[in-house]
Amino acid sequence: MSKYLVNKFLFTIDRDHELTERYREDPAGTVAWWEAEEANRLLNCIDAEKSTWLSFTDAERTALTTHDHVALFEMGAHPFLTLTLWIAMFERDFDEPLGMQLDYAAKLAHLGLPYPDIAT
Amino acid sequence: MAKLVAILATTHHPFYFKTSQLPPEEAPPFAAPWVSAVEAYRETLTRARPDVLVMVGSDHFHQLWLDNMPQFLIGKAPYYDGNWENEMREFGLPKLFFKGHEELSAYMLREGIDKGFDLAFSNELRVDHSVTCPIFTVRPQNDLPIVPIYTNIFAPPLPRPERFVQLGKTIREIIDAWPSDLRVAVIGTGHLSLELGGPRQFGPHGPDPEFDARAVRWIADGDIDGCLSSVTLDSLHAPGNATHGFMDFMLMMGIAGHTRADYADNLDLFHTMEAYFTWYPDPSLIDGPPLTSKGALL
Repeated sequence: MSKYLVNKFLFTIDRDHELTERYREDPAGTVAWWEAEEANRLLNCIDAEKSTWLSFTDAERTALTTHDHVALFEMGAHPFLTLTLWIAMFERDFDEPLGMQLDYAAKLAHLGLPYPDIAT
Repeated sequence: MAKLVAILATTHHPFYFKTSQLPPEEAPPFAAPWVSAVEAYRETLTRARPDVLVMVGSDHFHQLWLDNMPQFLIGKAPYYDGNWENEMREFGLPKLFFKGHEELSAYMLREGIDKGFDLAFSNELRVDHSVTCPIFTVRPQNDLPIVPIYTNIFAPPLPRPERFVQLGKTIREIIDAWPSDLRVAVIGTGHLSLELGGPRQFGPHGPDPEFDARAVRWIADGDIDGCLSSVTLDSLHAPGNATHGFMDFMLMMGIAGHTRADYADNLDLFHTMEAYFTWYPDPSLIDGPPLTSKGALL
């Protein structure tokens, strides 16, 4: 389990318009590229200072490559990060105001308290 | 000594700015009462005539990140940029530019550390909507220098509610003792019950109206003890998964002390309860006739 790395993916993709679009259009390619090139980047540092130990589990990789926000929630990914990125990618596909957000919530409706732990 | 002229504690709603800019024919039905409530609330700050604003909020994973996460941070910079690209994208918030007040920042850091809070600091901070939203609501001319204070209500492990109240009390002591002639207002924003990214998000009301009803009474009545006896780090999960933002209200209650608010209003919106509180620690510092209204909660 690497909740931190999943959150790092969501965080770095969400804050970059180009990466947000790339992840929407090509999730598998974007996740593979990101894990190979970006996962170990220590933010604010040069390449020579990259970390050496970060990688996704199979379940995490699958959840990200299939845009499975329910699985991400169940794994304890930070819900604010997932929601914000999903709004950026998918709100445009719904006609009604908040249509995307309500659909997103409905797909999580089977989950009761306590929610999965989001501590990293 | 400085004069603490007003303490404002309010929800921050990133959609207010966009909603308030809509022409009437495009505005949803809730827009007009929302704008009215905010404009009435704005008057509570205007009449206090502050010279500098201490702004309490919480970064939403914009600049503060899990590789280096402070619990409490004070900005110390001559200027601050405001709002982020993904806030422009999601909320339609424009970017802002603030003057800072480095002397007060430095004083608060020194005194806060000496009083038992190992405060982090930032010399280059782009503040997010937790700080910019109250500027849009209560000081849209954005003409005053600020001291931003960030709290971690977002990335566990979080400080406990008692710690937020204690930090509020400490901030009050520090401002009251600041050797300055300036008039200081503190504006803090948080949440009542709130769910984001979970099954209860964006419902017709906040996820827990019963919690909201109790919470606004604790704040309006200055009932710090009642609030602390009912709220724990664990209990805040139940009203909604983003309800830990309520601890910023508790910090503001710590600043105000065990005192009834002078203005208390709330508004049931489509997925949150909005709430607006103001305290005047020394009413003799406030000019003019009494407020037209003390808000719906008083």
